[in-house]
Amino acid sequence: MFDRLTDSFNGLFRKLSGNAKLSEKNIADAVAEVRTSLLEADVSLEVINDFTTQVMQEAVGKEVTKSLQPGQEMIGIVYDKLVALLGDAPAIPAGATPQQAAEVMMQDGPGVLQITPGPTVVMMCGLQGSGKTTTCGKLAGWLRKRNRSVMLVAADLQRPAAIEQLRTLAEQVGAIPGSGPGGGAGVGKVVFYGEPDKAAEYGQAVGVAVGVCQRALAQARREGIDTVILDTAGRLHVNDELMGELEQVNKALRPHQIFLVADAMTGQDAVKSAKAFHARLQVDGLILTKFDSDTRGGAALSVKAVTGAPIRFIGTGEKLDQIEEFHAARIAGRILGMGDVLSLVQKAKEQVSDDEAKALEEKISKGQMGMDDFLAQLKSLRRMGPLKQLMGLLPGVGNEMKNLHIDDKQIDQVEGIVHSMTPRERRDVSLLNNSRRGRVARGSGTKVEQVGGLVNQFKTVSKLMQQFGGMSAADRVNAVKGMGGGGGLLPGLSGMPGLAQQRGSTFTPSIKSKFKKRK
Amino acid sequence: MAFFKDLIAKVSQGLAKTRQAVVAKLTSLILGRTLDESLLADVERALLEADVGVGATGKIIAAAREDFRAGKIKDSAELLVHLKRSLKALLAAGGPDVDVRAASAFIPAPLHLRPHGELTIILVTGINGAGKTTSIAKLTKHLQEQRKSVLLGACDTFRAGAVKQLEVWGERLGVDVIRGQANADPAAVAFDACKAALARKVDVLIIDTAGRLQTQDPLMKQLAKIRSVLAKQAQDAPHEALLILDATTGQNALRQAEAFGNAAGITGIILSKLDGTAKGGIVVAIRSAVDIPVKFVGTGERPEDFAPFDPDTFVEGMFGQ
Repeated sequence: MFDRLTDSFNGLFRKLSGNAKLSEKNIADAVAEVRTSLLEADVSLEVINDFTTQVMQEAVGKEVTKSLQPGQEMIGIVYDKLVALLGDAPAIPAGATPQQAAEVMMQDGPGVLQITPGPTVVMMCGLQGSGKTTTCGKLAGWLRKRNRSVMLVAADLQRPAAIEQLRTLAEQVGAIPGSGPGGGAGVGKVVFYGEPDKAAEYGQAVGVAVGVCQRALAQARREGIDTVILDTAGRLHVNDELMGELEQVNKALRPHQIFLVADAMTGQDAVKSAKAFHARLQVDGLILTKFDSDTRGGAALSVKAVTGAPIRFIGTGEKLDQIEEFHAARIAGRILGMGDVLSLVQKAKEQVSDDEAKALEEKISKGQMGMDDFLAQLKSLRRMGPLKQLMGLLPGVGNEMKNLHIDDKQIDQVEGIVHSMTPRERRDVSLLNNSRRGRVARGSGTKVEQVGGLVNQFKTVSKLMQQFGGMSAADRVNAVKGMGGGGGLLPGLSGMPGLAQQRGSTFTPSIKSKFKKRK
Repeated sequence: MAFFKDLIAKVSQGLAKTRQAVVAKLTSLILGRTLDESLLADVERALLEADVGVGATGKIIAAAREDFRAGKIKDSAELLVHLKRSLKALLAAGGPDVDVRAASAFIPAPLHLRPHGELTIILVTGINGAGKTTSIAKLTKHLQEQRKSVLLGACDTFRAGAVKQLEVWGERLGVDVIRGQANADPAAVAFDACKAALARKVDVLIIDTAGRLQTQDPLMKQLAKIRSVLAKQAQDAPHEALLILDATTGQNALRQAEAFGNAAGITGIILSKLDGTAKGGIVVAIRSAVDIPVKFVGTGERPEDFAPFDPDTFVEGMFGQ
C-alpha cells in the first residue's frame, strides 16, 4: 500500500549517494521529492510542511556516520520522523483505572482499555462509509479472542438496515471459535442489542440513539458484559444536529474510549473531518480502514497529526478477523521499502507451532526434507493469507512485486503435482524418472515440463536449505536474497530483477541493526 | 413556479457547503491581491488542498505562471478568469493531453436510456462505503421523475444487511427489489433480475453490487461475470456501468477509476457525498487522466439530493459564485 511512496524514496536516496555530508543543497531536492510523494500519498499539506521542515532541520549539516552512505543517513532521519509522527498506540492492561490507563498511554504497544468494575464503554464515530459497523464487528472479534465479553449496540438509527447488519455481524463473530480453553467459545461472548422499531428515515430520529445506548448499557450491567461497543450513525462533520447527538451520547454514557473510524483512502479532507470530530468529542484513538487497498494511506499520517490520538488498529480486509494492531515502526518500515518482517513473523507464528518448526529444521539440516514437508509449508504459508499480500511484507520485495501478478491458482497447480506423487516419490524426488513424471503430469493435469521444473527447483532449494542449517536467521535471509531468482520455488517469482544488489547496497548490516533496535 | 424555486433552493443548498467551506476560499484568496509568485503559490496550495492532485495542479499553475510572465495576465481578477477556464477545460475534455488554455465546450453526458419499450440495464459499482445503495435510491427517484418504471436487483449478497438496505429504499420509493438467497452468486441474482425486468416490461433495471476494493482480483473478475450475464439478456447491456466515487477520496480515486474502468467498462461516475467540506477536486484529477464522464453529483442523504453534473456550475461553485 505504501509501495509507491517507497519507489520515490528509493529514487531520492539514490540521488544522494556518494556525498560525504548532507548539505542544504543536496537535501533540498530530496525534500522536495518527499513533499511531492507525500502529496501523492494524500498526506495533508499542513502535515507535510511540518514534516519536511523537521527533516530539513535534522538533516542539514549532519555528518554522515562513517559506515553509512548519505542516502542511508537520510533514510534513517526520514524513518525516525515517520515513526515519531505515526506513533505507536499504548497498551493498557486489563483492569486499569482511567488514571492508570492514562499513564500507560505514554508507553509503547497497542491495546484496548479495560475498566473494572465494567462495563467498559467504547464508542465508534466517523463519516458515512468509513466502515464503522464492520469495524465494530471486527473489534468485537478481537476482544472476544482475548476472552472479553462484548455487547454490540446498534445506535445507528439513520441508515436503512444498519441495525440488521450489526445483528448479523454479532452472530458471525459469535460463531468464530475463540482462543479460550479448548478452543471453544471461551469466556468471551458476543451479544447484540438493538431497537429496530426506533429506526427512521435519515435525520428523523436524531437524539433517539441516546436512550437506546442507555438501555443497552443497563442491560449489559445486568448480564455482566465487560465491554460495550456503540455503533453510531455515520454523519458529516458539518451536520450540526447529528454531531450534537454524538455529544449527547458522550455526555450520557461517558464512554471510556472514543474511536474515530477513518477511511485510509481519504484525501486532503481527512484533516478537516478528524479535526471536527476531535473538537467535539476528544477522540481517544483512531482506526484506519481499507488498508488492504492500494492506497498509500497518507490519511493515516494526517489524522494522527491533527488529533494527536494514537492509531490503534487498521482494517486489512473484508473478513471479520482482518483487523490488526497498528505498529508505527512497521508502517514506516514499509514506507521505506524495508518490508514488514515483524507482521510476517507474527503471522507465521500464529500458523506454525514451535514443535513443527523444530522438527522441520532438523529434517532440513539432515537433508531429509521431502515433498510432503514442502507441501505442509506451502499450506501453512497459504493459511497466512493471499500470497500477494504476504510478499508485500517482505523487505525489498515491495518494489519488484508491483508489476508481478501472483495468482494463487498457480500454487494450486504445485499442490496438484505433489498430490499426484506416490509417498515414496515425495520422500525422494530423485525417483522421478521420465515415465513417472509423465504419470504425475497426467494425474495433476499439468505438463511434464512443469513437473520437471518443480522437481529441479525443489532439489536446488533443499540443497541450499541444508547449507543454511548452521546460519543465523539474518544470514539466511541474506543468503536467500543472494540467490536472486535461481531458487524460487514459487511460480512466477523466479527472475525478480535486482533484488539482491539493490537491497544489499541500501542497507548495510549496521543500519539493519539500527532499525532492529528501534523495533 | 413554486416547484421550480424549491428545486433550485435544494441544489444550491447542497452545493453551498462545498462552496463556503472550500473554495470560496479561492475567490477571497485571489481577489484584491497583487499578482505575484506568492499568490501563485497560494493558489497552488488551495488546489492541492482541494484534491485536484499534483499533476493537474501542476498543469494549471504552469499555464498561469507562463501567461503571467508573458504579460498575458495582468492582475488577480484576470488570474481568476484564467484559473476557471483551465479547470473547465480539464473537466470538459477527458484524457491526459488536454490543453488547459483551450476554450472548451462541455458536452453533457446524460444517461444512455434505451428507446421506449426496451429495457435499459444500469450496473452500479464502487468500493465499500462509497455510497452505492444511497446513490441507487437517488437514481431511482431521478428516473421516476422522468416517468420511467424501475426495478432493482440486489446483487450485493455479501455484506450483512445490504439487501435489506436496498429493500427499505425500494419500499420508500415504491419499486420492487429482486433478491437471492444470502451468499447467492451475484451473477445468478443478476440473471433473475433481468428475467423479472423483461417479464414485467419495466423501463430500467438497476443492479446493485457488493462494495469491493479495486485490488481484490477475484471480486473484480466477478464484475466482469455479472457484465457478461447482463449482456446475454439484453442487447448492448449493461447500457450504463456507473462507478460511485466518494468525494472525500484522495488520489486513490484514480486507481479506482482505472481498475473499475477495466473490469466493469465504466461509462460514467457519480460523485457522492459532495455535501461535506470535500471539494471533489479529485474529479479534475480523474478527468485529466481517464476519459470517463462525471454524470451526477450526490449532495445529501435524501433521494432528492442529486443533480446532473455540470462543470460550469461546479467550477463557478468552486469559486463561490
